Amino acid sequence: MFPELNNLLNVSPDKPEQGKFTLLCDAKTDGGFLVHHFLSFYLKANCKVCFVALLQSFSHYNIVGQKLGVNLIAARDRGQLVFFEGLKSTVEVLFGSKEQPNTLKFIRESSSDLKSLYEFVQKALTPSGDGSATSWKFPVLLVDDLSVLLSLGVEAVAVLDFIQYCRATVCCQLKGNVVALVHDSDQTEDEENAMLMNALGHQSSLILRAEGLVTGFCKDVHGQLKILRRGLLQPKNDEAEQWNTLLKVIEIPCARARI
Amino acid sequence: MAALTTGFGRARQGGAGDPREYKAETAAGGDKLGGGGGGGDRGCSFLRKVSVPGSGGGGGGGARLRSIAGTRPSVQNGQLLVSAGLPALDQLLGGGLAVGTLLLIEEDKYNIYSSLIFKYFLAEGIVCGHTLLVASAKEDPGDILQELPEPLHDDNYKKVLDEGRSHKSQEEPEISMKIAWRYQNLPQMEAGPGTSSRFGHYYDVSKRMSQEVIQSAKWHKFFLPEEITSYANVESCALNHGYTKLLHFIQRVISEQGFDGSNPQKKQKNILRIGIQSLGSPLWGDDICCADTPEHMHSLTRFLYVLRGLLRMSLSACIITVPSHLIQNKAVTSRIRNLSDTVVGLESFIGSEKEANSLYKDYHGLIHIHQIPRLNSLICDVSDTKDLAFKLQRKVFTIERLHLPPDLSDTVSRSSKRDLVESAKQLSPGCGMMAGGKEHLDF
Repeated sequence: MFPELNNLLNVSPDKPEQGKFTLLCDAKTDGGFLVHHFLSFYLKANCKVCFVALLQSFSHYNIVGQKLGVNLIAARDRGQLVFFEGLKSTVEVLFGSKEQPNTLKFIRESSSDLKSLYEFVQKALTPSGDGSATSWKFPVLLVDDLSVLLSLGVEAVAVLDFIQYCRATVCCQLKGNVVALVHDSDQTEDEENAMLMNALGHQSSLILRAEGLVTGFCKDVHGQLKILRRGLLQPKNDEAEQWNTLLKVIEIPCARARI
Repeated sequence: MAALTTGFGRARQGGAGDPREYKAETAAGGDKLGGGGGGGDRGCSFLRKVSVPGSGGGGGGGARLRSIAGTRPSVQNGQLLVSAGLPALDQLLGGGLAVGTLLLIEEDKYNIYSSLIFKYFLAEGIVCGHTLLVASAKEDPGDILQELPEPLHDDNYKKVLDEGRSHKSQEEPEISMKIAWRYQNLPQMEAGPGTSSRFGHYYDVSKRMSQEVIQSAKWHKFFLPEEITSYANVESCALNHGYTKLLHFIQRVISEQGFDGSNPQKKQKNILRIGIQSLGSPLWGDDICCADTPEHMHSLTRFLYVLRGLLRMSLSACIITVPSHLIQNKAVTSRIRNLSDTVVGLESFIGSEKEANSLYKDYHGLIHIHQIPRLNSLICDVSDTKDLAFKLQRKVFTIERLHLPPDLSDTVSRSSKRDLVESAKQLSPGCGMMAGGKEHLDF
């Protein structure tokens, strides 16, 4: 996790916020670092995390997680992390035996329904009644990313329904958090994506937007990060900051430049 | 400096490459490579998922996997890379194409240069001894293989390049710069042999690869008209019939030939190079290129997603050319880009108004690197220039940085400066925003 980002958000692994829905978006740059940040943040905060990774493999997150100071394999083994690998499940759905139930069976069928994915999340995050598990702080659902679901033929309404169900279960019932990444494509006419983004932005309490620089491409500064907080008590707080990540294999990231 | 190796065995590279290779060989404990947490096998991270016995250990698995012909670990993050066939393109992509990823080429208007890059990729596979899988709906893959360029040896390359340069200098004498002489030393992006990478090869486009070399190559063929004998109405997995067949074919080759590590007794690991030509064109039965609101809008994107899953779990690299200039719906283009790892777009000047522009008179087209993947790290190795142009000489295909010509007019007049600004606008805006309007800073 990035300590500078924690300072900006006024959170720390000791006292994270609860019951929130955070929306991550990126436009013209890659917002994947935000996903890595939140994954390592919640693992360090001793929360139970259900990570739905649709676009990259487990080893990718594991290697980046090691650079950020968390060990995903160990977290998975002790039950703190439930990792759903979309790519692997898809291959199993299409080329494996057809009898076994699978959470991604919507790929095979034309009907776009994310109910099975929701049931997977629910089973993963609802604490089992046996009491044998060590107590984690609160459950967190992390999704990377929702735009892929649109590419797979799921309708935007179905994705919104899925997020609504997840929020009801995770945020309200279990007092946990939901974090989701959506790619912003404001230059292209992707209406479904725009609708998804607007609706999710309306439901969220915190929006983190990673954008490319307005003036064009620069090698040293990757872009800017906008933080929008929507809460009942605080007025809308719009901070635009320049950030600069220089990441090396040897050192822990990152150096930031403020403007 | 050692001579150009042919790509077999371990490709050694000077400078930063060597310490990494040594460190990957020694045990993981205690070396300075580890970040927070000290990971073991720093190299070949995609291969970690492959169930090779002993790959969990740091040294042994890494050394064994690294000895695949025609590959090298990335300097930045130890990712296993293969060459795309053009060393200049490898340099732009951050060293090469990562194993387990997809390279998407957005075709130029008449599919001249993109098919050339496609052939370079396949030729590189043959020269390195990789297995090929060629799929096409338009031409028989056997015919594609007959047209591959011939690999050049070390000394021949210098001759070919000098030929090209002397040909140019006959038209206009090469004036060495007197004032801005430092600019003459800037690299032109052409990586010659003996200067940088050792694992790419050079090809002579004017000659064909010899029959013996092609016969010795191991390759699998997927020609759509032969595979689809009858048009079934049932579409399984809500995918186009042709795409479904292709996916099943690829999956069969991967599992039968052991590219996904399912056959650990196989003594020598190899890379599978997959090449799919003109995906998304109407010949594949897809209508995204024909209609503004296509009926099967998700067919190609689902195909790319499943292909990504197959690539990630196997030792393969894939190149796909897509005629994206035919796709009317821009949303589909952006979705296709998001689902691919590396995206390169080609824009040729044939028939466009840019042909007459003096800025472009030496080149045949522009090349845009739209996307480079961030694999196993938070950053990627982006080149610092976005203005790249290519030209196809008689024998070689070169990619160069684009520069504004110097303003050599005697009278500094407003109108000539405006022309310069106009041509400056042709340069790539980078992140998509045009900087500045018609005004320019007057020094």
